[in-house]
Amino acid sequence: MVNFPTWKKVLVALICFIGLAFAAPNFAPKDVTEQLPSWLPNQQVNLGLDLRGGSHLLLEVEVQAVIDEYLEALVGSARDELRSERIRYRSLSKTETSVGVTIPDAVDREKALELLRGVDAGAEISVEGDRIIIEMTEAQKIERRVSAVQQSIEIIRRRIDETGVREPTIQRQGDDRIIVQLPGIDDPERVKDLLGQTAKMSFHLVDIQNSVEEALAGRVPPGSMLLPMIEGASGPGNLNAILVKKRVAVSGENLVDAQPSFDGRDNQPVVSFRFDTLGAKKFGKITTDNVRRPFAIVLDGQVLSAPVIQEPILGGAGQISGNFSVQNTQDLSLLLRAGALPAPLTILEERTVGPGLGADSIAAGEIACLVGLIAVIIFMAIAYGRFGIYADLALMANIFLILGMLSMLQATLTLPGIAGIVLTIGMAVDANVLIFERIREEVRLGRNPIAAVDAGYSRALTTIIDSNLTTLIAAILLFSFGSGPIKGFSVTLAIGIVTSMFTAIMLTRLFVVTWLRAKRPDTLPL
Amino acid sequence: MKPLNLIPADIDLAFIPKRKLFFVFSFILVIASIGMVFTKGLNFGIDFKGGILIEVRTPEAADIGKMRGQLNNIGLGEVSLQEFGEPTDVLIRIPRQDGGEKAQQEAVNTVKAALGEGVTYRRTEVVGPQVSQELLRDGLMAVSLAILAILVYIWFRFEWQFGVGAVCALVHDVVTTIGIFALLGFEFNLSTVAAVLTIAGYSINDTVVVYDRVREKLRKYKKMDLPDLLNLAINRTLSRTVITSLTTLLALLALFFLGGEVIRDFSFAMIWGVIIGTYSSICLAVPLLIYFGLDDRARGGIAGDDDPEIIEEAQ
Repeated sequence: MVNFPTWKKVLVALICFIGLAFAAPNFAPKDVTEQLPSWLPNQQVNLGLDLRGGSHLLLEVEVQAVIDEYLEALVGSARDELRSERIRYRSLSKTETSVGVTIPDAVDREKALELLRGVDAGAEISVEGDRIIIEMTEAQKIERRVSAVQQSIEIIRRRIDETGVREPTIQRQGDDRIIVQLPGIDDPERVKDLLGQTAKMSFHLVDIQNSVEEALAGRVPPGSMLLPMIEGASGPGNLNAILVKKRVAVSGENLVDAQPSFDGRDNQPVVSFRFDTLGAKKFGKITTDNVRRPFAIVLDGQVLSAPVIQEPILGGAGQISGNFSVQNTQDLSLLLRAGALPAPLTILEERTVGPGLGADSIAAGEIACLVGLIAVIIFMAIAYGRFGIYADLALMANIFLILGMLSMLQATLTLPGIAGIVLTIGMAVDANVLIFERIREEVRLGRNPIAAVDAGYSRALTTIIDSNLTTLIAAILLFSFGSGPIKGFSVTLAIGIVTSMFTAIMLTRLFVVTWLRAKRPDTLPL
Repeated sequence: MKPLNLIPADIDLAFIPKRKLFFVFSFILVIASIGMVFTKGLNFGIDFKGGILIEVRTPEAADIGKMRGQLNNIGLGEVSLQEFGEPTDVLIRIPRQDGGEKAQQEAVNTVKAALGEGVTYRRTEVVGPQVSQELLRDGLMAVSLAILAILVYIWFRFEWQFGVGAVCALVHDVVTTIGIFALLGFEFNLSTVAAVLTIAGYSINDTVVVYDRVREKLRKYKKMDLPDLLNLAINRTLSRTVITSLTTLLALLALFFLGGEVIRDFSFAMIWGVIIGTYSSICLAVPLLIYFGLDDRARGGIAGDDDPEIIEEAQ
């Protein structure tokens, strides 16, 4: 143990140097480090949102909505198929995962079975008595869930990018959840508003044959639907509801651009839009065939407005009026440009920290670290003299190594993470305390300095490993089960354990052995 | 510089003979903690209960009474307000709202509207009912798994008696920490779980060091009475135990006083944990070994791999 081959010395020095190099960018201003060449370590510690300020949102994609929508469409196509073949059926309905239809006639049922197989090739189809059940398979559900979440992430990214938030993090968590992190946003109200709407837009013809009053009384004619008007707007007859055809005339998916602008005549805020080729063609046909009739612009189940078509619109461009403010038209055009979410999002968790609190936390954390460090350094010097100072040097190297590791791994430093570093400062010297106490005992047993140091290090080693491994177990469990800031704490704790074992065992030994060899003292100052 | 020997090398305090006293003390402590949890209850934070937490800063010293008036009549249930670190800072806690995740978001807007302009929102945390249940489940899971993993590790590295002893001490530390949180009404949240796990790590760390020495003495002094041997092991490691606890406490005190309001409860839990962890390692984990049949058979088993150096020393 007292032998310290040159290669080992070089290795210890090299590790310390690398740690220092990776830690160094943290002590320079950000604009300096950004100009460093890429082969040099130039990354600073990645600060968590609780330190830099920002907003963390945990969203859940309502996957059931996608499945419902799909089953609703399945009911529609089943109805069309059965009707076209004139098969008599009743109670065609959907449950959470399946569509069922009762067909009393056995021959018809056989025929229907063939027909319905073609409607959804992937689903499992079975007959229970006189009822045919089309059940979604597990694989189909997973596929829909995965694609809904994937698509949601894409749309969320586009919407957030449009708001100009810098460096947002958007990632999937678990099966149907999405984490959105918005650095520097201390009031996520606007983002939450934007994410709170699915923004499914469609154009429908208004049902003018039937009366809204009848529909309001509960007699909605088949093929039509009763929709509420958006707040502040009113439909025909000044009612706040309107009867529109179920059939989508043109879908919002055909939009290619949307911009806020003002109406040429009354200067009201409106959204100007443009359709793609297919949409322009459909829109042209609809407007040509229905001049002087109203059509409804529907957004998320609400009618924005229902203007009367004055003349055929053939160019594929138009505008949406409504009772809009300028902010409304800006948001709506943003949503239309970014596209519709496949399913509604629910905010499960929100944690927002303002820049003031973040900066205060960093300042408090730095002071606590510094004071804790100085207190421990003084204490160790008093308790162990020369050896204590060696331990202190190792402790300082340890701080740099932790910083360097954090920067290198780009792990996130959170406020509890800083607490982890402070705790490490206190516990890092434990290994040295163990070693030094052991050396003292060996000296008392009458060993000469070199033998005592040798025995001290080797005897203490197993204890150090045992005790540190148990703490490491706790840190790893914290990492696996903790969330957010707690993960940050476990990361610094785990890194701290590893680096402190290195500095306390290897680095102090290098100091002690070098000193022993140079001075050859008769007694140890311990 | 002449080093200071804080604990004399030949210290011989009678820990083991006083073990009954420690057992009674700890027993009362554990029972009181459990009683506290059941009678007074834990003050669960929003992490585990769901709800809303908002930290605001007002331009001048906050008038909490006036704020309470503004917030208690807007139909959000019992809103609690508390000065937080500075006279200008107020922590507002709003209970979980009925009506799922959306209702929580609406409540935040209601609060912001009620407080009006002029206040800065330093922190807003909203945890819905679904997530809070998961966080509680994960927290309990982490603590139980940590204790189990540590038991297995100690069992693997020592004899089973040591594993059981260490876990008894560990459970004692965890229970009393939870008890003191109930007693003082401190908020029990995710950070507290992290603190409890770290306390578990620290306490076991301490225990392992003493156990290591017990194992060594068992090999060395085969004829010595177990209680005397255990007492010797404790006294020989006492200097280390005290010094490490002191350095850790120094760092934690800095964190408690200077680390800011947000992690003050967290640092408090750790400080308590270091003290109770040190106590339990010495006064519970080691004396308990006497009752787990760490008999001659176990000692014989350990003694199988005699260290020649040690025998030479003993002569």
